[in-house]
Amino acid sequence: MKKKGIKIIIALILFIFAMAINFENVWINNGIFILSYIIVGFEILRKAVRNIFRGKVFDENFLMAIATIGAFAIGEFPEAVAVMLFYQIGELFQSYAVDKSRKSIASLMDIRPDYANAYRNGNLEKVDPDEVQIGETIVIKPGEKVPLDGRIIEGNTNLDTKALTGEALPREVGKGEDILSGCINLNGTIKVEVTKKFGESTVSKILDLVENASSKKSKSENFITKFARYYTPAVVIIAVVLAIVPPLIIEEASLQDWLYRALSFLVVSCPCALVISIPLSFFGGIGGASKMGILVKGSNYLEALANTEIAVFDKTGTLTEGVFEVQKVEVAKNDNQNETKGFVQNNTEASISLNNEMESARTYTSLITQEELLKIASYAENYSNHPISKSVKKAYGKEIDEKQIINSQELAGRGIEAKIGVQNVLVGNEKLMNEKEIEFTKCNNIGTVLYVAIDGKYAGYILIADKIKDDAKNTIDELKKNNIKQTVMLTGDRKEVGEAVAKEIGIDTVYTELLPDGKVAKVDELLKTKSEKGKLAFVGDGINDAPVLALADIGIAMGGLGADSAIEAADVVIMTDEPSKIISAIQLSKKTMKIVKENIVFAIAIKILVLILSALGISSMWQAVFADVGVSILAILNALRALYTKA
Amino acid sequence: MKCKLKIKGLDCANCANELEREIQKLDEIENATISFMTERLELDFGDNNKEEVLRKVKKVIKKEEPDVTIEEA
Repeated sequence: MKKKGIKIIIALILFIFAMAINFENVWINNGIFILSYIIVGFEILRKAVRNIFRGKVFDENFLMAIATIGAFAIGEFPEAVAVMLFYQIGELFQSYAVDKSRKSIASLMDIRPDYANAYRNGNLEKVDPDEVQIGETIVIKPGEKVPLDGRIIEGNTNLDTKALTGEALPREVGKGEDILSGCINLNGTIKVEVTKKFGESTVSKILDLVENASSKKSKSENFITKFARYYTPAVVIIAVVLAIVPPLIIEEASLQDWLYRALSFLVVSCPCALVISIPLSFFGGIGGASKMGILVKGSNYLEALANTEIAVFDKTGTLTEGVFEVQKVEVAKNDNQNETKGFVQNNTEASISLNNEMESARTYTSLITQEELLKIASYAENYSNHPISKSVKKAYGKEIDEKQIINSQELAGRGIEAKIGVQNVLVGNEKLMNEKEIEFTKCNNIGTVLYVAIDGKYAGYILIADKIKDDAKNTIDELKKNNIKQTVMLTGDRKEVGEAVAKEIGIDTVYTELLPDGKVAKVDELLKTKSEKGKLAFVGDGINDAPVLALADIGIAMGGLGADSAIEAADVVIMTDEPSKIISAIQLSKKTMKIVKENIVFAIAIKILVLILSALGISSMWQAVFADVGVSILAILNALRALYTKA
Repeated sequence: MKCKLKIKGLDCANCANELEREIQKLDEIENATISFMTERLELDFGDNNKEEVLRKVKKVIKKEEPDVTIEEA
């Protein structure tokens, strides 16, 4: 490329020199022009000659050679040099742009680890990550890339996950936590037990995905390929007709004039700028998306995202955290103080406030405080492994003194009966309360409700529910602003739960109590309701929804780094757990499509305009070459915009 | 069967498209895709012998674009 640049500069200097100083002897001038031409165009001429013998007459090298040699033949020396010179400048610019965006993507994807520090014969050695087996221990020092997926067995550190997730803040990790290859270890030395072979590791999967992204071509790319296939022959044929027919049928028409017009035609016959600007835009768009932690598997999916009409979401793990957490602790209010001898306390504040709902300070009497209610429930649930019990213990968060648990018995499907210290405790659902004939206030909140009774008296309840993700509501709002006609939620969860979540985040339609094949059927139904051009995007967490991901026009897997099947089944993988990334993806897709359309319309319009003007003899070869090269450069610059999109 | 190859030396996107079309014309090839941006050639050659297919593909490349080389990725 450098060599080509130098040639162009020398040729350009000679060209300007000959243009500026008009030597008296025309042949000195023309000699300089020819020298300049040969310096800059020799490569083209060589290829042109080679291609004639292959019968490739619509090859751009051949066409450029004909246009310029033709110009020499009719005595238009400066034009001949200019066409070749500017054509080469355009080419140079094009290869510079392609090279630059290739490098930019490559650096973005510079996550491939070169080595792993593994123990060999008792010594720590640098080995190829490919040679490390599952179960081996590797050491990762500060500044090194995590070479394989694994679990930390020793040490703490911060990991830079930016290359994987687009997340700028480092992640703190410690013993027992799973880490993904492709992250960069920032400060601490850690020992890691390898859990996946290199080929199965996250880093390999991502690299593979990005490298293959452009093999699935978009409709726009196919359109432009097809266009180029007919455009060049058409222009060349018209040029031949222009050179021969008018001089034959119109008496005063001069052969030289029409030949000149025909040669101008050839100057704009090369479709390359147009052809390159489209994949370049998509390439940039896909690269821009990976910077944000969104992996798009092909140009076709990036194109489809812009036409999303229906957005279907899975509930658990996608719009909600998928983790059960204590949302609310409510102690029983006591209206009749006479009944609460001995236990009366004044609560002047809500000691536990979960779900960010700061309960206003209030004064009333009750048996116990919220903290105590949670404590009693945790003690009672201590020996249970049920997820609900775990979340209660997690919310309590303090050590449990097991000596105080005199006994505890699980009553299947109802709850737990326990003796904690001197108190007889019941923790369970409505059934349990009814069975033990305990008067309680029914809780109408959505989720799993644990009622607590102490010594036969209702003390309060604990509400446990799946937490809605922070950005879920905002995502749905933004989707509507981005012209998504319908938002749908599918869930296997109970009707009340599903509908409450849908209402809270503003989803249009919700289908509940669906089995996995029910989700497939619903998506199939929804696919029939969309318009012909519109697309249906399904967003899931990749667990159990591979068939739906495959069925949807665009299958989007979220938090895909966790689930193995997700990366394979999905068309778009969002590396973080944030549903709001879908908005970024759609906006980026729209921006890319706008650039693509601008380039197609702009480049074709200018080319046709120049063709018409040349045919009419209004525009000269000068204008043709400038218009052509100018269009190339503008289209390429425009395409590069797709790469530089802010998250 | 599918395989992925690195393809180097392509001049322009249009040449890449034309080469792709020529490779697709081979009987043994079910589908061929060239990505100019990532410099990849992806071949789907069905049940045919890989060596044989690659030899034919190389022949097409030599005829169409003599400056282009392919190697296993």
